[in-house]
Amino acid sequence: MKEVKSQANPLGVPKKQGALNAEIQARIGHQLRAMYDDVVRQGVPDRFADMIRKLDQPEVQGGDDSKNDGRD
Amino acid sequence: MPLTDQLRDDILASVPNLRAFAISLSGNGDRADDLVQETLLRAIANIDSFQPGSNMPAWLFTILRNLFRSDYRKRRREVEDSEGNYAKTLKTQPSQGAHLEFEEFRAALDKLPQDQREALILVGASGFSYEDAAAICGCAVGTIKSRVNRARSKLSALLYVDGAEDFGPDDTVRAVIGGNG
Repeated sequence: MKEVKSQANPLGVPKKQGALNAEIQARIGHQLRAMYDDVVRQGVPDRFADMIRKLDQPEVQGGDDSKNDGRD
Repeated sequence: MPLTDQLRDDILASVPNLRAFAISLSGNGDRADDLVQETLLRAIANIDSFQPGSNMPAWLFTILRNLFRSDYRKRRREVEDSEGNYAKTLKTQPSQGAHLEFEEFRAALDKLPQDQREALILVGASGFSYEDAAAICGCAVGTIKSRVNRARSKLSALLYVDGAEDFGPDDTVRAVIGGNG
């Protein structure tokens, strides 16, 4: 059986499969970054720039939820 | 520490990445911008707890991620409108073929478990180290690595294994990919 298998795959299938997998992973990485970078390139919308500029005082609009400091 | 001009600039500089993260997580542009706004308000209100000199983007991402998760729990049973809405946030409309490929990718990404999706985005798109991503998600570095790996293989299975002929493999490769198929 072993011999038959190796004759049936003269090109070395595991290698080829690995290359295919690498190509797929490269494509996935590319698509993910394309999706993400498209948004990054939009820069800072005025809405947020204005908001931050106006917020001089830390307590102005943040509410009293001081427990949530971003740490889980 | 008080909100200095420097800190304000640092926060502003993170906004494009925060939006990209929020949109990638939620698949919904309007909801993403609400998340970003809430994140910025919380960050400014809690600026005292920011450690000077530490990683501002990672701090902001942590806030946004936690907000998203609590928001997600609240909305779990609501019907989502993620398709179409996302496309509106794109600056340039992709061509039809590319658009289809994009929609497929987006749909596959949405099928990932949330833990895996966020890990993949943080490492694969936002460019955080495994260590930073682990800190943002509040888990071990090894956990992040395994989530990213599982996300990649699941996306690969969803997008490419069934449609492997896209790559034009010969019969041998197809037989291997398709198992007994």
